[in-house]
Amino acid sequence: MVLGRVILMGRVLVKPEVCIGCHLCEIWCAVAHSRSKNIIKAFTSEQPKPLPRVIVEERLPLTFALSCRHCAEPDCVFACISGALYKDRETGRVVHDRARCVGCYSCVMACPYGCVLINERERQVLKCDLCTGLDFPYCVSHCPNGALVYEEAADKHGGF
Amino acid sequence: MSRFTYLIIGNSAGAVGCIEALREVDGTGTIALISDETRHVYSRALIPYYLEGKIERAGMDYRPPDFYTRHGVTPFLGKEAVGVDFDRKEVELAGGERIGYGKLLLATGGRPFLPPLPGLDRQNVFTFLSLDDVLAIEKALPGVKNAVVLGGGVIGLMAAEVLSKKGLDVCVLELAGRVLAPVVDETASALVEDLFRKNGVKIYTETTIKEIRGAESVEEVRLTDGRTIPAGLLIIAVGVVPRVELVKGTGIRVNRGIVVDQRMQTSVPDVYACGDCAEVYDFAAGHHKLLPLWPNAYAGGRIAGFNMAGRPRKYEWGTGMNATHFFDFYIINAGVNVTGDNADGYEIVSKLAEDRRSYRKFALKAGRIQGFVLAGEVARAGIFLHLMRKAVDVRAFQQELTKSNFGFSDLPDQLRWALLKDDVVLGVV
Repeated sequence: MVLGRVILMGRVLVKPEVCIGCHLCEIWCAVAHSRSKNIIKAFTSEQPKPLPRVIVEERLPLTFALSCRHCAEPDCVFACISGALYKDRETGRVVHDRARCVGCYSCVMACPYGCVLINERERQVLKCDLCTGLDFPYCVSHCPNGALVYEEAADKHGGF
Repeated sequence: MSRFTYLIIGNSAGAVGCIEALREVDGTGTIALISDETRHVYSRALIPYYLEGKIERAGMDYRPPDFYTRHGVTPFLGKEAVGVDFDRKEVELAGGERIGYGKLLLATGGRPFLPPLPGLDRQNVFTFLSLDDVLAIEKALPGVKNAVVLGGGVIGLMAAEVLSKKGLDVCVLELAGRVLAPVVDETASALVEDLFRKNGVKIYTETTIKEIRGAESVEEVRLTDGRTIPAGLLIIAVGVVPRVELVKGTGIRVNRGIVVDQRMQTSVPDVYACGDCAEVYDFAAGHHKLLPLWPNAYAGGRIAGFNMAGRPRKYEWGTGMNATHFFDFYIINAGVNVTGDNADGYEIVSKLAEDRRSYRKFALKAGRIQGFVLAGEVARAGIFLHLMRKAVDVRAFQQELTKSNFGFSDLPDQLRWALLKDDVVLGVV
């Protein structure tokens, strides 16, 4: 048995006061999830066009980005009817397995942050994977004003 | 006789929620599970997707094949629990075998309600709840040209959509005046009915079956209003009743379902219940009721698991909640279903788009969202469930609720940063 308390390993925090609303986090998130990882090719030649998993909320002058919190008590996982969403016990990440997703949107109903996004074209959901397979979350490393920070954190928030 | 620290009767969402919680807390206690089905844990909610061909049989599995071994669970599959001796803390299986427990979870689920109709024993009459149901339907489908679905609830309508997509002539019968009546309001029901009719599915309301006719297999159904409808296949989807026979008459408190407190404990010490067989706390309604829905079963099982392992937690998560879609039109609703019949005392904030492609409705009481329906545009619906669960007073921004891109930026500063306090860093400038 590989079991034990779930530890929250990391997530992206936001500093709204220094967010300039440039939406580059969305752009780079899409690039990070493109095939080429190249900002020009990703948007000009890739089909389907890559989509971001972070959203910039705006009510000017207020802007800030929000993406999956990788909750210790992930409501999206509890609501998932197929097992496509699960908490990876090793990494603490809330993972979405596209192959098992049927597009019921129970997770969209459950996510308290509204951070499980809808991919209209595929009738599936999209969420932050903390740039699994890449060196560092692109939204953080490409934010021009340091408004996004990556936090390695202990278990500190839960849904219940 | 074997004895386990934790014993679970059931093998679906509630059981899995319990097992996963138990193992977060207790890595050594022994766990066993009893199920009358012989299958690895699968998701009943995926039945329509399987019938449609969207997923394969393996895609129905709710957890990977090594789930039981990874979690140190001894599964007793294909075994029916026939009795519980609460004094000796033993469960009796058909055939006489007994299994002892330290803590017991009743997660027996529900069974489809079958109205006593003449002709119910004809072939090609099915329910739509188990994998066996759907495998039998799949086998029966070739050669069948028309189908009747009795029941215009979520399950019946999902069945109707799939059958229609498979080329059958489908007719839905609903005893109430509209489909989905217990789930959404009149406007949302009308949108759904329009959609089905536009896609060639007939919907007859305020009627039901009087008699099922056919030589061996069902051929037609006669309705209470005198009409006769051809039916090569009949699906009965008029609701699910809690499976409580196992504990009926044992002294455990059973109302419509097994009564539990907020720790998911029944009236008998060391015995817990969750899921479709239990009456659980609904935070929006403010009282205990049947909430036979997948997310509630999982979350209830999870809370039961923590409490069984000696980690006290309250179930404050559950309410009526549905994420459904018909012909690619999505609906998400949660909380109290406020309709024309029970709207007294509620303030309604709603918006129906002119083209009828989007409908949003919020029912407020003292400024708190008690229930909502989003139809057509459902993005970020969970924010509303969150506001509801936190009993947030929404009066300061209630007109914003119907915006299709509603988000945290629409909340007053203080409230927004209070809700996101663990997620933002303020005071940097």
